[in-house]
Amino acid sequence: MALVAFHDVQKTYRSLQGADYTAVEHFDVAIEAGEFFCLLGPSGCGKTTVLKLLAGFEAPTAGQILMAGRPVTGASRDRGVVFQGDDSLYGWLTAVENVEFGLRMRGVQKTERRERAMRYLDLVGLTGQERKYPAELSGGMKQRIQLARALVNEPMMLLMDEPFAALDAQTRALMQGELAGIWQATRSTVLFITHDIDEAVTLGTRIGVMRAGPRSQVKGLVDVTLAGARSRTDDGFMRYYRQVHDMIRDEVAKSLARAS
Amino acid sequence: MPPLRRLWSGYGGYALGFLSLFLLWDLASRYLVGSVLFPPPGVVFAKAVTLLRTGVLLEHLAASLQRILAGFLVGSLLGIPIGLAMGSFRPVRKLLEPYTEFLRFIPSVAMITVAVIWFGIGEASKIFLIIYTTIFIVIINTAAGVSAIAPNKIRAAEALGATRAQIFLHVALPATVPYILTGMRLAMGNSFTTIVAAELIAANDGLGKMLWDGRLFMLVDDIFVSLVTLGLLGFTVDRIFRWSIYTFAGKYSPAT
Repeated sequence: MALVAFHDVQKTYRSLQGADYTAVEHFDVAIEAGEFFCLLGPSGCGKTTVLKLLAGFEAPTAGQILMAGRPVTGASRDRGVVFQGDDSLYGWLTAVENVEFGLRMRGVQKTERRERAMRYLDLVGLTGQERKYPAELSGGMKQRIQLARALVNEPMMLLMDEPFAALDAQTRALMQGELAGIWQATRSTVLFITHDIDEAVTLGTRIGVMRAGPRSQVKGLVDVTLAGARSRTDDGFMRYYRQVHDMIRDEVAKSLARAS
Repeated sequence: MPPLRRLWSGYGGYALGFLSLFLLWDLASRYLVGSVLFPPPGVVFAKAVTLLRTGVLLEHLAASLQRILAGFLVGSLLGIPIGLAMGSFRPVRKLLEPYTEFLRFIPSVAMITVAVIWFGIGEASKIFLIIYTTIFIVIINTAAGVSAIAPNKIRAAEALGATRAQIFLHVALPATVPYILTGMRLAMGNSFTTIVAAELIAANDGLGKMLWDGRLFMLVDDIFVSLVTLGLLGFTVDRIFRWSIYTFAGKYSPAT
């Protein structure tokens, strides 16, 4: 049984003007435990909607989402979330206090939660920055806090919404490498949203390519079977890149045509 | 910049600014106007010292300050929870917005007559007016602060397993603190206007009463002592507020 299953999911947003917008329709996908699933699609295709539905921030208009066999009815600490921007961090708490937040809400003892938070800060490479406030840290460091904050809570899976999209190219590549390392070590299940083919092929064990919105679905799935460290100049990497690129090209064109 | 040096450069600037203010006042009074109706700062300060010695000034000052603080505290303590509720729950906002949007356009100065008819010329009417002038600004700022919270802050807490009550206490409340303080600071400014106006019209003591008596008995120096005291008092109280906002802003997200 898949860890996560979307069954014929539809999400329609009501607008005050009366023009409803259906982001996804007849959306089906299954994610297995231990997978690094990249959901790839052009902007406005509804990939963030899919994440919000699975996170439980929004309810589907129709269809069902199951996690470990049970329907998703709301947000829960089973599904840790890393957001694209830094506005989810608590500016009045230090880095380590941000990471401890979930443990504190659960009533974990102060010494224990501090010790656990420090371990995860270390895992994401933030040792020595724990007393700083988010405003004192760079964009890359803030995303590391978010990652540590989600991981320390030991969720059943991790949902990441274009977490590196706002970073500069160098930092992004660095963070991708570190995330790949962390995933290799923890083997947690990940749903990773991105619009970047390169990022999807670098990180994913499976890539779901979405159609252009509205009424989007998964157009096709690509299993990425590249062993070990993935190099962008590798033949295998290039082959996957081309395969995914061919799938998404038409969708990007459609998406741009609709936007203009 | 180290905090100590920043503090010094801030206060050094103030000292210089105040010095130039009194210097200009002195020059204007002596050479530009040259009338007993506009006394120079030296005369006013001498008069202030006399009034301090006799205890008259402190008596008036304490009377006004007590009224302001009592009304301001009650107004804030009522306004903050109402603002939080209005910002958090749409039905509450819908229900209470007619009150806030209607009453905030009736200036507290206009309410003086009603307050005196209802509560007499004693403390009750003054405190009522200060509560009235404080509460709406605090409510509106607090509610605005709550609705300005980034939705992802709430979502992150949900996904970390926080309950609704925990989200309110550990996310919504601290995120709103800078807005609450800003609202209180604005309300404090208004309280000064209101108290003077109220005391001018109906009071037995207070800085406003001192102004009125000064007019009645042509005690121009007394009038100026009262004015300067109001300015200094307001400045001091506002500094305390700005300092606390600044201290929080380092910790709490600055609400520029």
